[in-house]
Order: sequence, then structure tokens, then C-alpha cells
Amino acid sequence: MTNRKNWGYFLPYGLWLVLFVIAPVALIVYQSFFNLDHQLPLNNYATYFQSGVYLKMTANSIWYALLITLFTGIISYPTAYVLHQLKHRQFWLLLVILPTWINILLKAYAFIGIFSQAGMANNFLRFIGIGPHQLLFTNASFIFVATYIQIPFMILPIYNALDDLNPAYVNASLDLGATRWQTFRRVIFPLTLPGVKAGVQAVFIPSLSLFMLTRLIGGNKVITLGTAIEEHFLTTMNWGMGSTIGVILILAMIIVMQLTNDHDQPGGFPR
Amino acid sequence: MGQPIIELRHVIQRYGDHTILKNINLTLEPGKFYTLLGPSGCGKTTILRTISGFNQVTSGDVLFDGHRINDVPANHRNVNTVFQDYALFPHLTVAENVAFGLTLQKRPKSEITQKVDQTLKLVRLAGYQDRAISALSGGQQQRVAIARAIIMQPRVLLLDEPLSALDAKLRREMQYELRDLQQRLGITFLFVTHDQEEALAMSDEIFVMNNGEVLQSGTPVDIYDEPINHFVADFIGESNILPGKMVADFQVVVNGQQFECSDAGIPTDEPVEVVLRPEDLTLTDLAHAKLTMTIDTQLFRGDYYEIAATDTRGHSWLIHSVNPAEDGETIGISFRPQDLHVMRLHEKEAEFDARLGTYEGTEDADHDQP
Repeated sequence: MTNRKNWGYFLPYGLWLVLFVIAPVALIVYQSFFNLDHQLPLNNYATYFQSGVYLKMTANSIWYALLITLFTGIISYPTAYVLHQLKHRQFWLLLVILPTWINILLKAYAFIGIFSQAGMANNFLRFIGIGPHQLLFTNASFIFVATYIQIPFMILPIYNALDDLNPAYVNASLDLGATRWQTFRRVIFPLTLPGVKAGVQAVFIPSLSLFMLTRLIGGNKVITLGTAIEEHFLTTMNWGMGSTIGVILILAMIIVMQLTNDHDQPGGFPR
Repeated sequence: MGQPIIELRHVIQRYGDHTILKNINLTLEPGKFYTLLGPSGCGKTTILRTISGFNQVTSGDVLFDGHRINDVPANHRNVNTVFQDYALFPHLTVAENVAFGLTLQKRPKSEITQKVDQTLKLVRLAGYQDRAISALSGGQQQRVAIARAIIMQPRVLLLDEPLSALDAKLRREMQYELRDLQQRLGITFLFVTHDQEEALAMSDEIFVMNNGEVLQSGTPVDIYDEPINHFVADFIGESNILPGKMVADFQVVVNGQQFECSDAGIPTDEPVEVVLRPEDLTLTDLAHAKLTMTIDTQLFRGDYYEIAATDTRGHSWLIHSVNPAEDGETIGISFRPQDLHVMRLHEKEAEFDARLGTYEGTEDADHDQP
């Protein structure tokens, strides 16, 4: 009886899982075996791995996702650290979370305004006498905006990790003669590394397939896998190739998950 | 009696309107085992944190070897702490934890390894070097925490209720080990606990605290035998406390009866409190009885019977007896004059010590016949 009841509770989630996770993934894998002319399986994969264009796109995606993750991390860790020591930290944290409630496209359009020739950024550059410059549609602006958008997703897990850190560890380290910096390097950072890894997962994986930003802010100078998928599905209608890239992206995500997951060591802290 | 290592002079600690420490004065000498004993919230951990450098006092001086160290940060003090929850670094192995302080000093690897091995042997954990902290039992973690602190060769080791997380049997074992370790290393230990049994068993000297004050300090025997007031008598061990009145030196009236006691120097007719320890009360026949009471209940405690009784005036008594009694039985109780300890109301420790000094020498001769 109880078992059957429990299955009842599982039903909505199970349906959601089947319809919106398992089925789409299955369809993508299935589609990825057919090219435009419904030719032989694995054809798309051969094309993908033989084509310099696709490999370069992949390399680009990974490279830019790496850069975005790196910058996000460099900004987010100190921010989370300082935030955690503030008095009204819940309030400051709310300010960090707030931008995530606004649609990403709206934010992208806002940046078009800010970075445009007559925008605020160039006005400022003109004011201090070193402008105007072409800011929009550059790789730098793409990375800047992407980083800006991803920062909250990195700050939150790091903040939570800092929050979970038992202050007694810090005291113990100081007690044993460590300086503030040594305490940070040897105790605080290693113990909050799980938070950093969670942040990397939350930032790196979505960054692999960013596509609206590459167009709106980056001016399509960088074609990432996300852009390629969108083009194949909506413009060239080559669903097979789009699905193939999708599968590659899924594999990449799995690899990143594996690399950043805390492997449970028998009876030990994840090291 | 050497030069004191640590001295607290007129230390006061306030948080807002709360006064956590009210004028604390204490002196720690080298090589002794000290205990701060008191109920939770009495300020004993605050004193520990003051000495370790994690707490800035509102006023007063903290001296180390005669130098004021109020403004010396924790990482520059020659004092180490064994924390209540051990605070062992979970991302490091046992050896890495123990070596933590030495690696900070950039000592050569071979020296560190040798010292770690030595220290682990000292706490009976040889061979545990590469274990993860989470793979250790509570008692083993406890020992790693001690090893991590003593490898630094501190002048003073602070222990913040380190045994509270262990089960009763292990706790007793660790009491022996800590005491033994302290004597072998010759380091001053300052041990914080709310467990009076632990304090009595291990310490050279106990500071009994309540509400941010040190009420009484002295050897375990002194404090047990001659508690200064109701709180100390009640907190340390079990006791029967009754109101009484001093009628002359060495004579006190309790329960309408006059008894010989071992206290003097108290004005005649002053109201006092009288303490009788349960184990000092002996069951006897009515003919030899100093007090007559009726047995209410008794509990078998293994090595003794804990007997609850009521005297003819309705006071409840607690008696520890090797022999059982009968429920409802009327029985006589006797005790020796020196078992009856008189406490003045609101007497401070300095006054208490001064008063004891006036007659202690004669007391032993006159009143200590078995």
C-alpha cells in the first residue's frame, strides 16, 4: 500500500522526467545519426570530427567557457568571502541574487545600449579623453557580459561553502601560529573548494552553449557550439548535424561533471 | 612556587549590557594542572579565549611571563588550544593535522616527520599517520587534537571541555591519560569543564566560577572539604545544606540541636549555612545518634547505597552508605565534628582565607581525632 502511494507522489516528477529529459535526449541521440539526406549512421560524427570548422568551434566554446569561468571565479570568491563577513549579509546577498531574476535577453539588450557608440561606457571614455572605442561586438565585451551574468551562480555556492565552514577550523589554524593568509590558503580555501567546484559546474557548462550573447554582444565573431546548434535547427534545418553537436555538448557536460564532482573516498573528506 | 606564566589582573569583559567576566584575577604557575570549573555560561570559556587570544577583554591586563599580551594576536602567542569539538582539519590526514603548526614554520621535512611520529606515539596513536580524520573514533580524534597542540611545545595548553563528547568510560580513561601527559610534559594545563568529578580527579588547583566570578580557588581537597558558600558546596559533589546559627567558636546550632564543629572566627549568633557531605553521614542505632531520621527511599549505586531520608523537623537528607537500610525505618545518623562545615553567607574568598588562617593551626590538633 505505502509503496503504491509513494509511486503516486513520484508520478508528476516521473512524467516530467520522461517527457522533458529522457525523451528529448533520446530524440537528439536518434536524430544525430541522420544527416540531411537521411544517410548512414555516424555520418554526422565523421563530418564533425573531420571538419576543421566544427573542431574550431568546439575549441572556441571550451576556451571562452573557460575564460568566463575563470573571470567569474576570480571575481566571485573574494566577493563571497567579503560578503560573508558583512553584518547585513543576507541583504547584500539578495542584491547579488536580484539580477538573476531579470531575463537574460533584457540584460543583453541593456548592455547593447551601454556599450554602443553613444552609450554610457563610451560617454565615460570620451569624458576621460580616451574614447570612443568600438566596445560592442568584440570578444572582450562578450566575455564581460557573460561573466557579469554568471557571477551570481558562482557566488552563491561559494558563499554557502563559506557559511558551512566551521569557524573553529580558522581559530585552530590561527592558534597553531598561521597567519591570516596561511589560514586562507591551507584551511579556508581547501575546505570551501566543493563550493568552488559547484560554482564551476553552474557556470562552465551553461557557458559552453551560450548563443544569444555571442550574437547580441559578441556580434557572432565567436561561433560557439550553442550558436551552431541554433543555426542548424533554425536556419539550415540540418537537424541531424545540430543533434550531433548537441550530443557532443552533452558528453562535454558529463566530462565536466565528472571532473568537478567530489568523489566519495572511503571514509575520507573529498581531496 | 615559580614565576607565574599567566596572570589575569582585574579582567572585565562586557558585551553590551552583559558583563561576562567581573573582575577576574588569576595566576597560573608553570607545570601545574589548573581547572576552570563552573556551569555553562559562567564565563570559563571566555577566560580561555582571552588567554588564547580570540577574545579582547573590555579592561584589565593579561600577562604572559610578566609581559602584557592583551594586543598580541592569537597566532603569536606561545599557547595552544585543544578545542571542544577538536576542530581537526577534515581535508588533512592525521599526520598532516599534527604537522600543521610545524609546516607553517617551514621546518625541514625530516624533522617534522620525526616529531610527528614521536608525538603520535606519545598520545598512543603510532601508525595512524595516514588515516583520514573521519576514519577515527571520538577518542582517537581527541588524541590527534592533543598531539596537534603539544607538538608546538606551548608553555600553556588550553583545553576547552575536551572530554565532553566522549562516553563515560572513555572519559575516565582520558582523565588518567591527560593527567599523565601533563606530568610527563611539564606543561601548564588550563582545563575548562562543567564536570566537577573531572575537575576533582585531575587538577592541582581548581577555580570554581559562577556568573563571571571566581568564587573559590584551591586544591580539589580544599574545595571539596571547605566550600566557601552554598553554590560551591552544591556544585561540587553532593551535599546536605542546612541553615544554622553560630553560638560560639567550634559550636553551631542546627535543627535546634547544638553540635561541635571545626569552624571559628564567626561572630556569635550569626546565621550561617552548614554543609554535611552524604558520604560523611554514618547510619547508627538510635542510642548513638546525633540526628534521627526516617528512610524514604534508597537507590543502589553499585559501590554504595544512595539513601533519601527525612529528619524529625522535615528536612530532606541524602546519605551515602555502604550498607542498605529499610524503607520507612527510623534510624540514627552520626558524623564527626570536622565533617560539619560552616559557611558564612556572602563571605568572599579573601575573607574566608583570612578567617581560616586565624585558627587553622589549632584546629588540626584539637578537633581531628578520628
